[in-house]
Amino acid sequence: MYPTKYTKAASIDDAVKALGADDEATILAGGQTLIATMKQHLAAPSELVDVRGIDGMVGISLEGDTLVIGAATTHADVAGSADVQKHSPALASLAAGIGDPAVRHVGTIGGSVANNDPAADYPAALLALGATVVTNQREMAADAFFDGLFGTALEEGEIITAVKFPKAQAAAYAKFPQPASLFALVGVFVAKGADGVRVSVTGAGDEGVFRSEPLEAALGADWSEAAAKGADVGTDGLMSDIHGSAGYRANLIKVMAARAVASA
Amino acid sequence: MANGATGIGARVKRKEDKRFITGKGKYTDDVRMENQAYAAFVRSPHAHANVKSIDKSAALAMEGVVDVLDGHQLTGDEIGNIICGWAVNSKDGSPMNMGAWSALATQKVRYVGDAVAVVIADTQQLARIAAEAVEVEYEELPVAARADKALEAGAPEIHDNAPGNLIYDWEIGDETKADAGLAAASHITEMEITNNRLSPNPMEPRSAVATYDEAEEHYTLYTTSQNPHVARLVLSAFYNVAPEHKLRVIAPDVGGGFGAKIYIYPEEITCLWASMKTNRSVKWTSDRSEAFITDAHGRDHISTAKMGFDENGKITGFKVDTIANLGAYMSLFSSSVPTYLYATLLSGQYDIQNLHANVRAVYTNTVPVDAYRGAGRPEACYLIERMMETAARELGMKPAELRAKNFVRQFPHETPVIMTYDSGDFDANLAQAEAAADVAGFPARQGEAAKRGKMRGLGYSCYIEACGIAPSAAVGGLGAGVGLWESAEVRVNPVGTIEILTGSHSHGQGHETTFAQIVSERFDLPIENVAIVHGDTDKVQFGMGTYGSRSGAVGMSAIVKAMDKVEAKVRKIAAHQLEASEDDIVIEGGEVKVAGTDKALGWHEIGLAAYTAHNLPPEMEPGLKESAFYDPSNFTFPAGCYICEVEVDPDTGKTEVVQFTASDDFGTIINPMIVEGQVHGGLAQGIGQAMMEQVIYDDDGQLITGSYMDYTMPRAADLPFYSVHHASTTCPGNPLGMKGCGEAGAIGSPPAVINAITDAIGNNNLSMPATPQNVWNALQAASAAQAAE
Amino acid sequence: MTKINMTVNGKAVTREVSGETLLSEFLREDLRLTGTHIGCDTSQCGACVVHIDGKAVKSCTTLAAAIDGAEVTTIEGLADGDLHPMQASFKEHHGLQCGFCTPGMIMSGVDMVNRYKAEGRDVTAEAVRHELEGNICRCTGYHNIVKAVQDAATKM
Repeated sequence: MYPTKYTKAASIDDAVKALGADDEATILAGGQTLIATMKQHLAAPSELVDVRGIDGMVGISLEGDTLVIGAATTHADVAGSADVQKHSPALASLAAGIGDPAVRHVGTIGGSVANNDPAADYPAALLALGATVVTNQREMAADAFFDGLFGTALEEGEIITAVKFPKAQAAAYAKFPQPASLFALVGVFVAKGADGVRVSVTGAGDEGVFRSEPLEAALGADWSEAAAKGADVGTDGLMSDIHGSAGYRANLIKVMAARAVASA
Repeated sequence: MANGATGIGARVKRKEDKRFITGKGKYTDDVRMENQAYAAFVRSPHAHANVKSIDKSAALAMEGVVDVLDGHQLTGDEIGNIICGWAVNSKDGSPMNMGAWSALATQKVRYVGDAVAVVIADTQQLARIAAEAVEVEYEELPVAARADKALEAGAPEIHDNAPGNLIYDWEIGDETKADAGLAAASHITEMEITNNRLSPNPMEPRSAVATYDEAEEHYTLYTTSQNPHVARLVLSAFYNVAPEHKLRVIAPDVGGGFGAKIYIYPEEITCLWASMKTNRSVKWTSDRSEAFITDAHGRDHISTAKMGFDENGKITGFKVDTIANLGAYMSLFSSSVPTYLYATLLSGQYDIQNLHANVRAVYTNTVPVDAYRGAGRPEACYLIERMMETAARELGMKPAELRAKNFVRQFPHETPVIMTYDSGDFDANLAQAEAAADVAGFPARQGEAAKRGKMRGLGYSCYIEACGIAPSAAVGGLGAGVGLWESAEVRVNPVGTIEILTGSHSHGQGHETTFAQIVSERFDLPIENVAIVHGDTDKVQFGMGTYGSRSGAVGMSAIVKAMDKVEAKVRKIAAHQLEASEDDIVIEGGEVKVAGTDKALGWHEIGLAAYTAHNLPPEMEPGLKESAFYDPSNFTFPAGCYICEVEVDPDTGKTEVVQFTASDDFGTIINPMIVEGQVHGGLAQGIGQAMMEQVIYDDDGQLITGSYMDYTMPRAADLPFYSVHHASTTCPGNPLGMKGCGEAGAIGSPPAVINAITDAIGNNNLSMPATPQNVWNALQAASAAQAAE
Repeated sequence: MTKINMTVNGKAVTREVSGETLLSEFLREDLRLTGTHIGCDTSQCGACVVHIDGKAVKSCTTLAAAIDGAEVTTIEGLADGDLHPMQASFKEHHGLQCGFCTPGMIMSGVDMVNRYKAEGRDVTAEAVRHELEGNICRCTGYHNIVKAVQDAATKM
């Protein structure tokens, strides 16, 4: 790795100050992607501002019907939380399937959401569940937050502090892993909530995570496996690589949607 | 003489395990020398380019950079080109076209990763950063990334002395007879078969630590090698790094090899040379990404094959045409893999009288290709066993029945492709595998799976391989540049403990246990009293190393030969001291006794007597230490039958190996636990090849599968428990009757898997690896074809 | 440079480290605990797994500076006495060949069994295979590793 400086931020102000002082400084929230990228010399931040020690960044709570997860909460803690299992079992099971056990002990929801890897799991959950991303500056609906490959609406100096999830009537996530990386080749999150059916797809889109209109329409009309399998998802905007052509991914989107519906 | 607890056939727990399970193993990267510097290589990002200039100034200006060295300096110091040590002539008699390979390229780079310079710096971090600061100006050239394309007219030429990128155009067998056999056939099965390119991926990446002693003009190299003596020989005789008596090569604990650590690579050569240039110890450790672009790859064949059958299902003729991709340069044994290790096994377990194979080896702008676990034999087995299963389907016969009709049953059996099978019982292995796999119950299981929406299939593979490589005169006659014997020394110490010095090298095979078992057996001694010494050219007299499943059949045979000499001397000493005939001496229970009497000496007393030399027979030399070189009389022929059962999820193409049954004939088995472990590991690699692994280059010669993010390594959840059995015949060619077990799993399993999957999905047109996407595509093609009917 | 204090295998350790120093480098190079291995550069092979505060973590993807105050256990410090039951089971079941992935396998195995026991879940073969998806072995075909972890679970 290139030389870098490590700073443990004691407060949000601390972190904002450190980030503002240096253009090349970046947030360290778990590092399970960032450090690997740095090792390959694909990233060279001048300073890593560790936000995990900031008060209030770690933890899970229920505020009425809203589940609030601190940004620096690890995947393992989300997966194992009784509150999450009760409020959003689909989210707990999604978290239990991210990476491997050692990665889940360190990787965090805020890090995953801020990175918006096109094959990451959490962005699918946020989109389908209609979650709200809370930062030190504002609250944003997930629909407005994710913005293309590795892109988000985060501004300079803006730090995710928590993610809020409303309660769904039914929800589930089904993932077909890319055989080598075990990231999602296709992951589909289906959710039935107050404002209807929302279906999001990760791993498959040329522009990262997206909501599938054909599946939302089909499942909105008929919440069934057959409806998912029968939806015409098409191949427009789908990624093609050695692990899956757009056609194969389109098929998997329907199959995973059906499996998600079956387990919701 | 037998020691039931720790002798031949006992499931002895491994002596070497404690250091590994407690983190005390000593691998090359664990070695740290005084005054150690680190090497980082400047590598070509282009698959094919002329090197116009190298500007080292920015790197040299960095504090802590010791030096930046390039290929002109290397060749200026007369470091020799890397060679292929096995000469294979084309069928017209012309020698193979070996292109020059310098450890650091000077004029031209030929694959992504080809090194042009090396940075030596105080830290690894700095060396890597400085390597990026070396500015190399390239002039890009057109690229030939695929073997078949590289042979086409007008393809860019990679080496000046290899017109059309052809290395050799070689043949074996009798083409006229094969053609006649096919002409006489009532049915011909014809297939195009590719054998996917793989990366060996031992979990320990390659590493080297080189130290130059200026006063002694002596070099020491710690390295990740399967054959340290061969490394020293080649580094000395061909690469001119140092004469052999001025070069010590140590291969300490080595974390897997699978072929990738046989060869002497540019990095080891460069580290040695750089240690002299800089007068520093120089360490280089590959990371995984670097391993993908420097470790020799394996397989990569494209073949067409025709097999003819008469009305009774007997094979009448077999013709094979193969293109073998050897990459950008000829690696150490590369030429032998698609010829003598491949085409000579194309007769399989079958009596085929009319057989011909043609092999064209070709350069491409890719990483060099050489032996990977099985080396040539998996390619042969895959081809034959896919042909046999396909033919059985076409002929409407049971796959086992067609195979059995053609089995060789008389031994020795001479094939038309120069092998003489010495022993075997193919029927017994087939029968045992079928029983263990409960083939009879398959239809019921298939029906039950269908109810769950899964497509279940069954596939066979009856493999044979040639191991124990190899009789030196025979391989010499075929072009090998080395003899393939093995050596051993047995040292009985004055206190009676024994050290075995062997030229074999253990990098996971458990030699410290199995080699000690044959000593424990022979001298009826506790296994704790036996130590195995290997992996250091200063300690072990010589050795040809471990590959080709040769450590048992060849390495242990050398130990047996040396033990014969020790035993003879022990008998003489005992007979002398106990005033008995040598013929009446028995060695058992830690004693050397006179049969039928109570006269005995402790084993330790014999050792002491040999070294005190107070009372030895007249003319006898003191000491009790004997060495032997063993040269095998023939290859050995492990064989067996594998049966794979799979379930395919038609929605996704995802395939699960639900049952894998192996019945192997390995000859004598020293330690069943270790042999089973070897089979398990081989099967995992074979299943990996069949379903997961593939090295992919794009048309520009860029490696797409350059890390574990894209190259699929088999994981625990991808694999089943294996059902492993043995039906052995004794190998007549070596004293212990051993055939070898290291490669069988990787050789025999891929066709069994693909035969099972194609059986499940009803489409025979499926190539390895059978990834979910590839299986799903084959399913779509099958349903489209059905719809069209 | 950042000053860090931690407990490694029960011993207090104080060192100055640069921001980019990985825990794996710190263990191998600074403390010379070379039982922790590096087999890949994409955080997938698991040869580097150690325990931080009792949980399995990939030391190649952890900054030493970030775990100030932590308790680290490596393969060298796992046993309380001769061998930990997981180590003994790996030997008993021939769960290793070249030994390179073994320290990570054992550390992951211990972590898994600890979690499953705490949660009252059965250590089935299927569960072991699933839990080991972050640990790659090229030698054993996993058969005996799975047996070893299951056996150790009965003894821990």
